This record gives sequence, structure tokens and C-alpha cells, in this order.
Amino acid sequence: MMGLRIFLPRDTTALALGAERVALVLDEEVQRRELTVDIVRNGSRGLFWLEPLLEIEQGGTRLAFGPMTATAVPGVLDALLSDPAGHPLYLGPTADISYLKTQQRLTFARAGTGDPLCLDNYIAQAGFAGLENALGLDSQEIVNAVTESGLRGRGGAAFPAGIKWQTVLDTPGEQKYIVCNADEGDSGTFADRLLMEADPYQLIEGMIIAGLAVGATQGYIYLRSEYPRAREILELAIARARAESYLGANIRGSGKAFQLELRIGAGAYICGEETSLLDSLEGKRGMVRVKPPLPAIAGLFGMPTVVNNVLTLAAVTTVLEKGGEYYRDYGTGRSRGTLAVQLAGNVLRGGLVELAYGATLRELVEDYAGGTYSGRPIRAIQVGGPLGAYLPESQWDTPLDYEAFAGIGAMLGHGGVVVFDDSVDMAAQARFAMEFCAVESCGKCTPCRIGSVRGVEVIDRLIAREAKEQNTALLLDLCDTMEAGSLCAMGGLTPYPVRSALQYFPEDFS
Amino acid sequence: MDDDTAAIITSCIEQYREVPGGLLPLLHAVQDKLGFVPPDSVPSIAKALQLSRAEVHGVISFYHDFRDVPAGNHVLQICRAEACQALGARALEVHAKSSLGVDFGGTTADGAITLEAVYCLGNCACSPSVRLDDQIHARVDATRLDELLADLGDAAG
Repeated sequence: MMGLRIFLPRDTTALALGAERVALVLDEEVQRRELTVDIVRNGSRGLFWLEPLLEIEQGGTRLAFGPMTATAVPGVLDALLSDPAGHPLYLGPTADISYLKTQQRLTFARAGTGDPLCLDNYIAQAGFAGLENALGLDSQEIVNAVTESGLRGRGGAAFPAGIKWQTVLDTPGEQKYIVCNADEGDSGTFADRLLMEADPYQLIEGMIIAGLAVGATQGYIYLRSEYPRAREILELAIARARAESYLGANIRGSGKAFQLELRIGAGAYICGEETSLLDSLEGKRGMVRVKPPLPAIAGLFGMPTVVNNVLTLAAVTTVLEKGGEYYRDYGTGRSRGTLAVQLAGNVLRGGLVELAYGATLRELVEDYAGGTYSGRPIRAIQVGGPLGAYLPESQWDTPLDYEAFAGIGAMLGHGGVVVFDDSVDMAAQARFAMEFCAVESCGKCTPCRIGSVRGVEVIDRLIAREAKEQNTALLLDLCDTMEAGSLCAMGGLTPYPVRSALQYFPEDFS
Repeated sequence: MDDDTAAIITSCIEQYREVPGGLLPLLHAVQDKLGFVPPDSVPSIAKALQLSRAEVHGVISFYHDFRDVPAGNHVLQICRAEACQALGARALEVHAKSSLGVDFGGTTADGAITLEAVYCLGNCACSPSVRLDDQIHARVDATRLDELLADLGDAAG
């Protein structure tokens, strides 16, 4: 049993499914059997339905077992010596699991392969190769590579990253900033969390590259407080990157500086909106700002600021490692590169699927998710978080592409796909959309602050079957006002789930 | 405010008064140490950061995380968001409220548990999710929630 390595994830989902109990028994059994093994606590590969996913590496191949339970540990260790494939939890070589094998992983290629805090593991898998290239380029050349890649913001708005970076580069400022939006508040999304927990150095590397590209020497990661495990990992990763001089006054002896600080949010969904996030970072209430001025021109503390989502900054490492053209070759239309789809809600096989843009929703929910967890038929799919439309089956052949989704009055957003079976009450979902907006509105725009409260009341009247025609007309009128009269997506897009529920599932309102 | 509390608040202020945009980290630090942000700490925080008391109060009241009274011994957050709704979070919410005898924001009479709503814990592939202090639990139904709460009781007893 020389050189045996066992991998057991310690990411939020694996822990939430009992990974620590598995780890405890594993330690006991390893000691009792006097095995020489190296137990690695890795990040997750994002195959969450198989968590805790235990992997045993033998002769260069990693064999997977899952979902593991504490009681199954002795049996798995026994089977390892005799007949691994005979064990009921045996899944075969990890690399051959079709859910994983068929993905096109660029950003998540390293996720789950090793200890997320091990710099050697990161570097052994091309970590910091993008940074190394960037250190040999001037600012404009780095921005050019990002522009050429066609990379668009992964947070939901899909704004071209190259244009944003160019604006910050071209705007004079005594102190520029890189702000990472890690306030991943949309229900059904966990890709940012997975990346931060499984491959935190990639985010750090992307932020350093962004700093070099625009001339910013200070970065902030604004992380939501609902992610305690990501916080622990990022704190350690930043400290280690600093100790190895990837961060600090002299990045790897280049003479270039980049400081990075982790800031924790305080439970406000609206702070995922970039201008509220900036206010929050400044120590204020997270109130949405009027644009213009764009944050790229007057952002944090009034200075030119890049605000990018976790996955946008992470993708930059691939762009700088392999070139803009390489990245652009993935995808379709104006949606270039890969999209991290997150399969969530009532799904049999929930998890992260990274694919080039262009796959259809149906392929995702049927081939990858395998239908519902409850075994009942799928009725509605909400794509793009709580501000995204609910789609009926007639829309599931829409390709995952920003423009295609906009074309059907929906949005791709951050790639969250939440599946509901036929027991869902769409009137209740529409009501929740308004209720959520009322709870989380920053309060700046009247249509959002008051309209959402009125929206709940009108939907309540519809649910009570009162004056259907008048209340429907009133609700649609309210949706128009919110869409047209709100500064940001919170008030402006809350009508999407409401309208789509009314349009596609009218039977739930009558 | 007793002397110990005042000393803690003073040390938090000293740690963050020069930090750009330091009010949120300062409030987090106070709450981490005391379990809440005492309303009578607002004047000293405001003065140190050259803000008005209204501004500091405004920040505390804006964010769901900050509390101006101590929580119970444990904080239980039930996710109310869509991915969890899709697998029974609404029923779980009803069960939690009735079995604990409190609404969201309330603390049980024995001071053991504060119940809160949360909107997404990022564990949406294995819903419904709850957070009990800093531990997130997946696939939680009424039975599982009762077990988690019973385990707390055992640990305390």
C-alpha cells in the first residue's frame, strides 16, 4: 500500500452532507489497519450529488466512491484490497464519470484535484502561468488579450471585461482598485463559492493580473457572510500568497505591487449589485448609486475601479495563460468561453457543469441533472437567480447564450438553474419574487421599495381570486413601473419571474 | 455599559479607525466579540470615525447580520430561497417556527436558539439547507432538523 492517497473534500456541500463523520472513521480505520496513506482534504469537483466523494489514488488513477457515509468506510477499505468495483458505492475512475468527463473545464479544471491551499498543487497544474505571462507584458497588452478573448462579466450583466478594463486603464487616478464581487446571493448559484473553496489561488491570480492590467495596486474581495468556509480558505490563501510574495509590494521580484484584502458582507442581497457593493466597502449602507459615473471612472472612494465577478477574474488566468484566441474559440455568438452552469433545486444530480456557451437548457436538466430529485415531472425552471424568468417546457430548447435568453424575455445571469417539479405553485413563486424584493430592496427607488410591497398585495388578491382582470392589469402595470423606474436590476428585473409565472402558468392564478 | 464591554469596543475602534471604509469590519469585530452591537456603543464609534450617530445606526440597521440585542446560544438560519423552496423549504420553515415556538427573528424562551431567515447558503444542489451557527447542513427535512436541534441539547446537557 505504498504511496496510497485518499481524497475527501472539505467544501461546504461535502461538510453539509457529513464529510467530517466520514473523515473521523477514516482516520480511525487507517490507524487500526496500520495503513500508510496520505489523506488529502481537497475541494469539491462540483459533483455535489455524489458528495462526500471519496477518491483513492492508486498507481496514478483515482477511483471514486460516493456518496460516502461513515459506516461505509471499512467496507470501501476492504474492497480496495480485493475488488473495488464490487463495492456498491464504487463509481469507477473519477476522470471517467460521464458528468465530469463530458464537461469542458477551463476555470474549474483544478477544482477538487487537491488541497485548495497547497501552492505546489496549484503551480503543478499551470497555476500562476497566466501571471508569469502578464508580468512580461505591458498593461495595454494584458487588456488587449482580455478584449480579444471576448470575455464578458460572469456576474450576470455580461458586460465585456476588456472594455471595462480599458476604461480603468485609460482613466487617470492616484489610486485604482480591483474589487472582486464575491457576494454570490442568487439562489441556485454556488459556482463562485466552489471556486473560492476549491481553487482560491486562481481568483487571487486573476486579481493580480487585473491590477497589472489597469495599474491598480489595491484589491478587495467582498465576500458574503453566508459563506463561512470560503472565508476561512480565502484568509489562509491570501496569507500564503503574501508569504510567497505573489501579493505585496514586490510581486515575485518584479517590482510591481498588489495588496489584497478580504472584506465580509453583512447579509444584504443588494450588495451583489456593484455600486451598492462599493458603498458597502466604503463602510456605508449598501445603497445603489446612479450611473454614470461608471465605477470604472469613479468607483471605490471615487477612484477608477474594476468590479468583476469571481468567475470573470478567474477566467482571466486562462486567457493570459493560453491566449485570448484560445478562450474565444469556446462558445457561440457573442457569448465566448465557457459558462459554469449550476444545477440546483429539485434535481437528481445537482452540481456544477462547465461547458462552452450554446448547450440547451434541456440537455442540462435531462442529460446532466437527470430529471428531478422527487422523481416527478419538471414543470418550471428558473434560470439566472431570483430575478430570472420561470421557463416552461416550450422554452427549454433555448441555447445557453446571453442574447438567446434575452430574446425570450429571460436572462442567463450567473448561470443558476433551479428546477421545480409539478407540485410547484407558480402564484406562490410570483408572490415570493415580490416578497424577496421587498425584503432586500435598498430603498432608493420608489418603484422597487414600494412597488414590491404593493406587488405582494396584488398577488395576494389574485390568489384569493378577487377581481382577476383588474388585478392582473394592475400587476402588469406595476411590473412596467418597476422595470422602467428602478436604477438597478433588483427592482428592474423582479418583474421577470412575476411576468413569466403569469404568462406561462396562468392556470395557477385562476 | 460595563468596563469590559467598553474596553472591547475601544480596542475594536482602535483596530479599524484608520482602515479605509472600516465601519463594517469594525461592526463585525464588535459583534464577533460581544454577540451584538450595543446601541450605547454607537456614539463612541461615530465619534472615532467622524460620522454622525445616525449614519452609524443607519449602517447597523441596514444589514441583516448586525443585531442590537444578543442572540440565543445558537443561531439557526433556514434558507427561504427558491432552490430550497423547490424541495420543501416552505414546509421546513413552518415546522421550525412551530416546534421552536418563535417567528423569524425570535429567540426561544430558554434563550437556546435564535431563528432567522436566510436567502441562500450556496448549497443549492442539495436543498433544503440550514445553517446552525457556522455549520451548514444539506437535505434537511423536519425530522433531520429535529435531530440537529436534539444534538445541540445533548451537547449542552
